[in-house]
Amino acid sequence: MSRSKGMPAARPSGSLSMTGRSRLLALLLVLCLLVAISMWAVTLGTVRIPLRSVGNAIFGFDGSREHLLVMTIRLPRVLAALLAGSALAVSGAIMQAVTNNPLASPGLLGINAGAAFTVVLVMTLFGTGTSDIYLWYAFFGAGCAAIVVYGLGSFGLAGQSTVGLVLAGAIVATFLTALTSAVLIFDQSTLDTVRFWTAGSVAGRTMAQAAAVAPYILIGLAAALLLGRHLVTLSLGADAARSLGQNPLAWRAIAVVLIILLAGSAVALAGPIGFVGLVVPHIARLTIGVDYRWIIPFSALGGALLVVGADTVGRMLFTSQNFPVGVIIALIGAPFFLWLARNKAGGAT
Amino acid sequence: MPVNDKNTPAKLTGQCVSIAYGQHRIVEDLDLIVPERRFTALIGPNGSGKSTVLRTFAGLMAKADGTILLDGHSIDTLSTKEMAKRVGVLLQGPVAPEGLTVRDLVQQGRYPHRSLFGRWSEQDQDACEEALMLTGMTTLADTALDSLSGGQRQRAWIAMTLAQQGEVLLLDEPTTYLDLAHQIELMNLITVLVHKHGKTVVAVLHDINQAARYAEHVVILKGGKITAAGPPDEVISAEAIADVFGVKSVIIRDPVAGTPLCVPL
Repeated sequence: MSRSKGMPAARPSGSLSMTGRSRLLALLLVLCLLVAISMWAVTLGTVRIPLRSVGNAIFGFDGSREHLLVMTIRLPRVLAALLAGSALAVSGAIMQAVTNNPLASPGLLGINAGAAFTVVLVMTLFGTGTSDIYLWYAFFGAGCAAIVVYGLGSFGLAGQSTVGLVLAGAIVATFLTALTSAVLIFDQSTLDTVRFWTAGSVAGRTMAQAAAVAPYILIGLAAALLLGRHLVTLSLGADAARSLGQNPLAWRAIAVVLIILLAGSAVALAGPIGFVGLVVPHIARLTIGVDYRWIIPFSALGGALLVVGADTVGRMLFTSQNFPVGVIIALIGAPFFLWLARNKAGGAT
Repeated sequence: MPVNDKNTPAKLTGQCVSIAYGQHRIVEDLDLIVPERRFTALIGPNGSGKSTVLRTFAGLMAKADGTILLDGHSIDTLSTKEMAKRVGVLLQGPVAPEGLTVRDLVQQGRYPHRSLFGRWSEQDQDACEEALMLTGMTTLADTALDSLSGGQRQRAWIAMTLAQQGEVLLLDEPTTYLDLAHQIELMNLITVLVHKHGKTVVAVLHDINQAARYAEHVVILKGGKITAAGPPDEVISAEAIADVFGVKSVIIRDPVAGTPLCVPL
């Protein structure tokens, strides 16, 4: 349905909103970019594999070395980056809406750290295995961290303080990261396995791992898309939302479950990649406005694009192929975001 | 236009309503009648419980005791959604996310009318266009709220409550922070809504003379209790003002509207 029926009234320069058509264009542009970079990423590596062979490997696997390389190393890596990136960005977008706090993100509020800690703890206690085993531990850790932050900073309550929530999140994140480091210091063998993972890495993911996590992330993303309209209502504040017939507590609870599902899955798959959940929703907001019906899909595509892009850049610069994508994202993401924020802030209002 | 309340059916009724914050009771045994298709003003000094009463009648705050009836049925039996279809609420100092346009906000007014994942209907669109037109916001529909003046922003929020298409509007200090012209504009809008569109409006007002001039039913609150309720002519007297506000005054006739006008000594 068309939202902006008629009336192409002149938009004052202070307005950050766009019409439905230009939003759709922006979304399509990101999608095209994402597809292009993902395809390029699969061809890239110590051995260059032409796109045609990649297609053959997917649709007509013949067991050759080249096809094996595509199906067991290249493609899982790209898929892991796509899944983790979209999940983290969307969970960040939902968090920012629910807490009415532009600083909220699964990284800053300790959700990622909680998931990472439980995964590392379980690895240390019970040895290392495949990713799907850790998924539920990651959910559990993310959920516990969310509850603790909720308790400390009155997460989601009316009249919450922005600073209190961020402070609580920072404390929990720092504490859990320190605990994770402490556990790893005493357990050298686990450290060797998860060293890259704890910095956020998609290297060495298997197809089975990506496939184990994919359903959760896809369900989470689909639910988040349907949540968009309700997030706009929620962002008007608890009283206004209630007076419009929304049950803010119920929708907050649904949102928190989605946050834990998405962030937990992403961490189980690719480790606690920071920055994506904070920055991508902001980029979305700066680009297409404050409507969560658009921010959610834009964040999903943008997050995937950021992680795949950063990982590909890392693989080009450091041919060892194991440079953690989390580090690259912070390196290229931070200056880019500063540039964007400064430029947009200078241009608008 | 003085109206005799006794002939007007009650739209909202509170019976023995008590409201408490924790152990502390703010309002005790309040009996409030809001006449249908009339403009009711709630006045009283700061801390008299006006906003608390409004919030409770809007179903936004739990009451400790008593019954609130909407068309004779307890509001406790209404779901949040049912309530939102019938009662629009505008609280003090509402804040919208930065960059949200007037149209985005007004469309939120359709929230209670849409099913969980329902599509945007022709009816929703018409309700929004009408709300924008009534509030004179049509030309500003695609402007971001934060780039509007205070008066325009207030009208945009009222447009949202109008898009809900409820019979009742509850407004908490709608004229505070507005300049004189915007205050008059808003009061005229309320008058139109009541007389042309049959809405029942309850507004918390700070300005006694504004209440006297525009409202047909005035309720004076003091310390969580109603000290007087009725048409402005009956309710607003020098004694009542002295008793409730502790201010000595004379009451004269408003030379324009003929309503009581309170002039402090």
